[in-house]
Amino acid sequence: MAEIHVMISSCERNVGIATAIRRKPVLANFTSKLQQTMADEDEVKLFGMWASPYSRRVELALKLKGIPFQYVEEDLSSKSCLLLKYNPVHQKIPVLVHNGKPIAESLVIMEYIDETWTNNPILPQDPYDRAMARFWAKFIDEKLLMTARKVSFASGKEKEQVIDEITEQLKLLESELQGKEYFSGPSIGYLDIVASVLVFWFGNVQEALGVDMFTQEKFPIIFGWIGKVFEIDAVKECRIPKEKHLEYIRTRLEALKSASK
Amino acid sequence: MEGGVVLLDFWPSSFTMRVKIALAEKGIKYECKHEDLFNKSPLLLEMNPVHKKIPVLIHNGKPISESLIIVQYIDEVWNHKSPLLPSDPYQRSQALFWGDYLDKKMYSCGKRIWVGKEDQEEAKEELMKILKTMEGELGDKLYFGGDSIGYVDVALVPFTSWFYTFETCGNFSIEADCPKLIAWAKRCKESESVCKALPDPLEIYGFMLQLKKRLGLN
Repeated sequence: MAEIHVMISSCERNVGIATAIRRKPVLANFTSKLQQTMADEDEVKLFGMWASPYSRRVELALKLKGIPFQYVEEDLSSKSCLLLKYNPVHQKIPVLVHNGKPIAESLVIMEYIDETWTNNPILPQDPYDRAMARFWAKFIDEKLLMTARKVSFASGKEKEQVIDEITEQLKLLESELQGKEYFSGPSIGYLDIVASVLVFWFGNVQEALGVDMFTQEKFPIIFGWIGKVFEIDAVKECRIPKEKHLEYIRTRLEALKSASK
Repeated sequence: MEGGVVLLDFWPSSFTMRVKIALAEKGIKYECKHEDLFNKSPLLLEMNPVHKKIPVLIHNGKPISESLIIVQYIDEVWNHKSPLLPSDPYQRSQALFWGDYLDKKMYSCGKRIWVGKEDQEEAKEELMKILKTMEGELGDKLYFGGDSIGYVDVALVPFTSWFYTFETCGNFSIEADCPKLIAWAKRCKESESVCKALPDPLEIYGFMLQLKKRLGLN
């Protein structure tokens, strides 16, 4: 198989040992020892795409756990042989490859990461709380993001209806934050990582589209959460450069609109 | 509502069948409340306000929705017998992957077949592709779970009660192209948990005809 040429943007993310979130010194020491052990024993690769929220959430999970990994940027217009080999069913990123064994689908990957590297757990311990976290993650992926995609293609009355639908869905999600620091409770976890799409994408997408659906006035609790989440080093490292992202969204929109004519 | 296990059910739904199989595998006693999806109960609307859909499992008064999330919950809470998910993290991830695959593909594909509009031929091809993929994943194993019924078996086998409906509506044979999968389905149905959860395929066909009439899809 051809070697993948790894493209690393100097201003985007780290390849190699990632920064763990700042916690108590004891945990930080344990984490760095774990990093060294894993670096000696494990090979972790992530096939991703810089603008994909699904790819970024896996990166964020790896960084929060302090798991060293090699990042492989995929060109989605010309997918690599390795990606097609590792994910023959969907042929999509992200794919995590751990010691040669591939795992696809971002939510599945996140559960695998949590079970394999048990430091800094991202899923709750209690089965009911786990079920709720999974429920809301599915809601974000299957409802919110699917509805948000429709905004690009809708116009007039239909566009207003789609925006109303997104508002309703965001309100439901916001209610999950009531009385909590993070979706996962006192510290960042699985559902926050899945919801990071709100942190990185929603603002940029609405700016590129010129719509007004996600504002601090409408969603004060979510915006409060975004502010907290952005204080975490791992989250800052996963940030997408805004101008590059806006350019990307606009280019894709033009391409989709031309294709549909 | 406190204590016990309640399932909000709709008998033709492959999704509620999954939960019934999981509960039976674990030997859990529960109360089954039948829902009329054209006249949803206040309990359903209260317990699943987001989607207003079945199945909903109510355990000690707390609701859980989405069939595979419920199955995973059942497996984690009642972990004393009949594990549905493998204990090895990699094997678990593969099982979860296939459950997700079936969730993304099966229902919408099957629906396009029994609704029977212009996209029916495309849906039939897609269904056979899905089933052949699953047959490949099964390989020479008795069950997707290995020697016993597991998560992926639970996720897929309910749809087999709809095969007669798909075949009749689409005028094709699933067994002709996927004999191993049909053999697997028969093997699963020898198990009481599956046999009791899956309705007679002819009843499903009758239900579909009634549903089409009611929805004005004839």
